[in-house]
Amino acid sequence: MKISSTRRLERLQDRYANGGMDRRTFLGLTAAAAASMGVMTSWGRKALGAATEVRFDGWGGVVQEAIDKYAFQPYTAKTGIKVVQGTFDDENVVITKIKSASPGDFQIIHSSGVEYYKKYIDNGWTSEINEANIPNLANVMTAMIEPFRKMTPKLSCAPYDYGTTGIAYNTKYISEAEAKEKGANLLVDPKYKGKIGAYGDMVTRVWYASLQTGQDPNDAKDMDAVWAKAREARDLTKKYWGSGAELMDLLAKEEIIVTDAWSGRIAALQQQGSPIGYHDPAGSYAWMEDMLILKGSPMAECEELVNFMLDTATAIAVAEGQNYPPSLDPKKVQLTDKIAKLPAFDPTGEMKALTFANPDYWAAHSDDWTKQWDRISKGA
Amino acid sequence: MAVSVLTAGERRRPWYLLAPTLLALIFLLLVPIGIMLVYTFYTFKTAGVETADFNPGNWHEFFTDPYYRGFLWKTARVAAITALLCALMGYPAAYCIAMTRFRHKWLLLLLLIVPFWISFTIRTFSWIHILGEQGVINVTLKSLGLISEPLQMLYTEGAVIMGMIHFLLPYMILNVYVSLDGIDRNLVSAARSLGCTNWQAFREVTLPLSLPGLGAGLLLSFVLAAGSYVTPQILGGRSDSLFGNLIFDTIMRELNWPMGTTLSVVLLALLGVVSVIYSRYMGLSTIFKGLSR
Repeated sequence: MKISSTRRLERLQDRYANGGMDRRTFLGLTAAAAASMGVMTSWGRKALGAATEVRFDGWGGVVQEAIDKYAFQPYTAKTGIKVVQGTFDDENVVITKIKSASPGDFQIIHSSGVEYYKKYIDNGWTSEINEANIPNLANVMTAMIEPFRKMTPKLSCAPYDYGTTGIAYNTKYISEAEAKEKGANLLVDPKYKGKIGAYGDMVTRVWYASLQTGQDPNDAKDMDAVWAKAREARDLTKKYWGSGAELMDLLAKEEIIVTDAWSGRIAALQQQGSPIGYHDPAGSYAWMEDMLILKGSPMAECEELVNFMLDTATAIAVAEGQNYPPSLDPKKVQLTDKIAKLPAFDPTGEMKALTFANPDYWAAHSDDWTKQWDRISKGA
Repeated sequence: MAVSVLTAGERRRPWYLLAPTLLALIFLLLVPIGIMLVYTFYTFKTAGVETADFNPGNWHEFFTDPYYRGFLWKTARVAAITALLCALMGYPAAYCIAMTRFRHKWLLLLLLIVPFWISFTIRTFSWIHILGEQGVINVTLKSLGLISEPLQMLYTEGAVIMGMIHFLLPYMILNVYVSLDGIDRNLVSAARSLGCTNWQAFREVTLPLSLPGLGAGLLLSFVLAAGSYVTPQILGGRSDSLFGNLIFDTIMRELNWPMGTTLSVVLLALLGVVSVIYSRYMGLSTIFKGLSR
């Protein structure tokens, strides 16, 4: 397996620092490496078969801007490897593109946790990461790695961030007390008919309909009641939004005054001074995201990039920029006050306070429910 | 028996000239459609995964599930309304441009083309700032004291139709204009000299002679509106999706390619049927006459 020059030099330095070689050998090898890199050009990398760029696809907007600014740009400056970026507002869209592309066309995906991880496994697109090449994975919360390892003992991804889909409301019209009192039912309050928004995604809709019917979102027994509630909510809803940018736009323009919403995007709106409150009702939908490396990717470069992204300084800067807590274990890594104040942040590092989707339960129903939800969302 | 005066090389020449276009049509249109047709007989297993076991399950589902027929009807209805409104709005505009004595007629035609310089998606998004609750219309009406609560204009079927008219009107006007501009003005003068009023001359001479352009505009508007995806997605509400949105969601959200391709083939067939009906009563050749005089 190929590894990049940067990684080779770092390993050389580690060996020297750990007493694995004498000073003379270290200096000699470093000088030789410097000389060879001095004559290395872009065609030189190509001639050696090393990747000169890595493809990344993410959620766009403020989230990807933060990743680009605090991770990709420094990574390119350090290694010379360019990160070519694409965006999507629905991960199924990128899955469709991957399906019709050649292996290696798409390489790293900012993916939506274990529910989507299964789709990549089902399609045979997952790679096998050499975890030795991502030493910073050791700082990631075990509670975030375990669900992925349960599905593939050899990981294809590194958990990167997490958040919740709670209730966002315009404080000019809805008080904090009302939001807390009504919780998930605020989204089906007839008083706000025509001013309610919602994420048009099956999991979110079924999750909230389960909460609104008093059921466990990870084990709803009465699905008829869930669909009836989803229809009731639909008739009160003005617009199903499909991306973080659309969510922020609808709230900022007051087209809607209450909606379920992604915690990080609301934090960004709050920082911009918008009068938007955020409340996670009991059982609020928590999710985690990962950096998924697809089969056919240049593994050494992708692993190096993911390792760079998980570096403490990088991950903290990205987290503060995108407003989602990082996957770093707060017991192992000193996180900042800003991160500690982000919605959904779990200071225990065990994730027990958050309710994540049970991958087995959702995978068993995903196809049927997606079809059913698509129909309901279109008025059926 | 007539003897061909063309040499073998000369007889082959048209094929050489047509070859690039024919190859493009075969490999970029017919082959993909053929692949789609084959896909309609695959079986959906789970999101993104299907098996090639060639069964008619998707077609059976389409023909037995009223949900799909409802969408087809709604799409045809909205497309027909859009095309008719385009005709009603486009004909007078095209007539004015064709008959004007304004020296710089090219400027009027240029104005028709100007919207194409801006991205279609951006133009569609711009309606949000006009029709929205904080949009120009509602803010103006509220500031004038004419309304107390904002009017619900955005995310309605009306907004979708208007967005499509905005997109399709130039096509209609250009088609009708080309047709009107090709009419010999002496015919109208002759009708007037034989005692027709202006209205009679228009009704008996100008209108019938401009029908090929009008028909071409109607067909083009209907076909483009029926296949529309972006406009209902951006300007439509929860019940304003059209068949294009259904296809998109089936393929992109459900990751059910076999059913998605089945629906795509159905839409293709619907639009094909409309073209055949048009050809039967108007003749497709009139479109080319309309476009080329």
